[in-house]
Amino acid sequence: MTLDFLIYKIILVLIVFSITLLVATYSTYAERKIAAFLQDRIGPDRAGPFGILQPLADAVKMFMKEEIIPNVSNKALFVLGPGICMLTACMTGVIIPWGKSINIGGTDYPLQIADVNIGILYLFGVLSLGVYGIMIGGWASNNKYSLLGAIRASSQMISYEVAMGISIIALVMTTGTLSTGEIAAQQHGWHWNVLIQPLGCLIFIICAFAETNRAPFDLPECETELVGGYHTEYSSMKLGLFLFAEYINMFISSAVIATFYFGGYNMPLIGRWVHDPNVLAILGFVFLFMKIVGFIFFFMWVRWTLPRFRYDQLMNLGWKILIPLSILNLVLTGAWMMRHEIINYFVK
Amino acid sequence: MQLTNRSKVVVKKEMTFIERMYLPAIFSGMFITFKHLFKKSATIKYPEQTREFSKIYRGQHVLKRDEKGAERCTACGLCAVACPAEAITMTAAERKPGEEALYREEKYAATYEINMLRCIFCGDCEEACPKEAIFLTDRKVDSFYTRKEFIYGKSILVEGLESDKRVDVSVRETKAVEEFKKQKEFAHNETYDKNKKKTVAGH
Repeated sequence: MTLDFLIYKIILVLIVFSITLLVATYSTYAERKIAAFLQDRIGPDRAGPFGILQPLADAVKMFMKEEIIPNVSNKALFVLGPGICMLTACMTGVIIPWGKSINIGGTDYPLQIADVNIGILYLFGVLSLGVYGIMIGGWASNNKYSLLGAIRASSQMISYEVAMGISIIALVMTTGTLSTGEIAAQQHGWHWNVLIQPLGCLIFIICAFAETNRAPFDLPECETELVGGYHTEYSSMKLGLFLFAEYINMFISSAVIATFYFGGYNMPLIGRWVHDPNVLAILGFVFLFMKIVGFIFFFMWVRWTLPRFRYDQLMNLGWKILIPLSILNLVLTGAWMMRHEIINYFVK
Repeated sequence: MQLTNRSKVVVKKEMTFIERMYLPAIFSGMFITFKHLFKKSATIKYPEQTREFSKIYRGQHVLKRDEKGAERCTACGLCAVACPAEAITMTAAERKPGEEALYREEKYAATYEINMLRCIFCGDCEEACPKEAIFLTDRKVDSFYTRKEFIYGKSILVEGLESDKRVDVSVRETKAVEEFKKQKEFAHNETYDKNKKKTVAGH
């Protein structure tokens, strides 16, 4: 039994890991294609039909490039930076519920690697670790642009994590659980959290953009001011890992947004036509994936529409607007949940 | 003084609450980019597709030969004078007896060079040419690694002798050219009749 369990978990981890890498790989292709379409261009179309092999060509290019480690850098930390970035990006995938459990031969196999009862705490812990890769990499480069990028990244991360956390607290209040699996399960039918927490959802999405360092919050790597930000000194696959981690983060963020606010693997009305639980579980995975792809498209769509924030605007938005708004959201949620007690207090 | 109707008076007013939320502006911007998702792309996939040129596109020059294969250019230098970019240089030489098949008139261009980096492809040279010798064609000038290679000499500029190597410039031939072609006087030396009264050429 325990060996079965172990093998099943290992298989699940491998599948999730490879899907994460595959989606991240093809996100680079999708990014270039969507950017092209939004700008009335065609995009990469030479490698394979419709340029479908472009990510492979890019990967080969990244591996073939000369690996440069600056003499003045702290070599151990310099190598560690992209590694941490990649590691933390891959770690968050374990708490995403990819679907309901599949029943094979009487045993339930949940499509979630670890349904820990403090899933949200774990998520936030790992997300906060993600900035260490950028900070260490930027600092170890011993380059002023890298350092500025790293400082920006860390201050941006700190500022937006507060608002993100408070908006999540409101969600935790309404759902009454910290487990991601339960949050997803609660949203069956039309009970999507976005309908209950619209403001919190908006704040969470904005903060997710900031946390993944995506435009319009891509200040840590803005080419126009900081050359390349924290990855100025990086080359070859170490640069590739930094860029790749960003796409993995985007994939995981999309999955988290879909799970927390947009019903996860649930789809309204589907239960009327499909009754087999195994088919439902697989369909749920497909629905979750459709939502994730939708959010990845949204991420890219925003990137190619909105210009980058100025640094002071970024801080203003974070501290003066998003945090008060999320606190307001928290208070309103609390008031709504305690509405009977409050009414009773005044009526009596 | 108002010159156009496009001028806008700048008003520095406070933004309203809705405007300060920026969300409507963001959504309208996103809508605009979304519309472009469905627009036709402006890309021309170059090696397979080429941009359609205008009928009278002015590209690389050609020095024409006449029907018998003799070079029309007489090295008069009018093209060099007309050239606003001063891209054309030439040296004249006198035709030796026996070279009648090569050069149409007694004087010809021993060297004729156009610097393609200076040339602005205005077409003034073909306008200036009294012998209808130089034309601009729809061919593109190649790219090279050195500046020297861009100085085209007669070996590149003069069209081939064989009929299949002739360059068709009929789209650029104006009425003046057609008039010029009618003059049998210069068609070739053997048809030149000394006794016949010279007709005054079109120039």
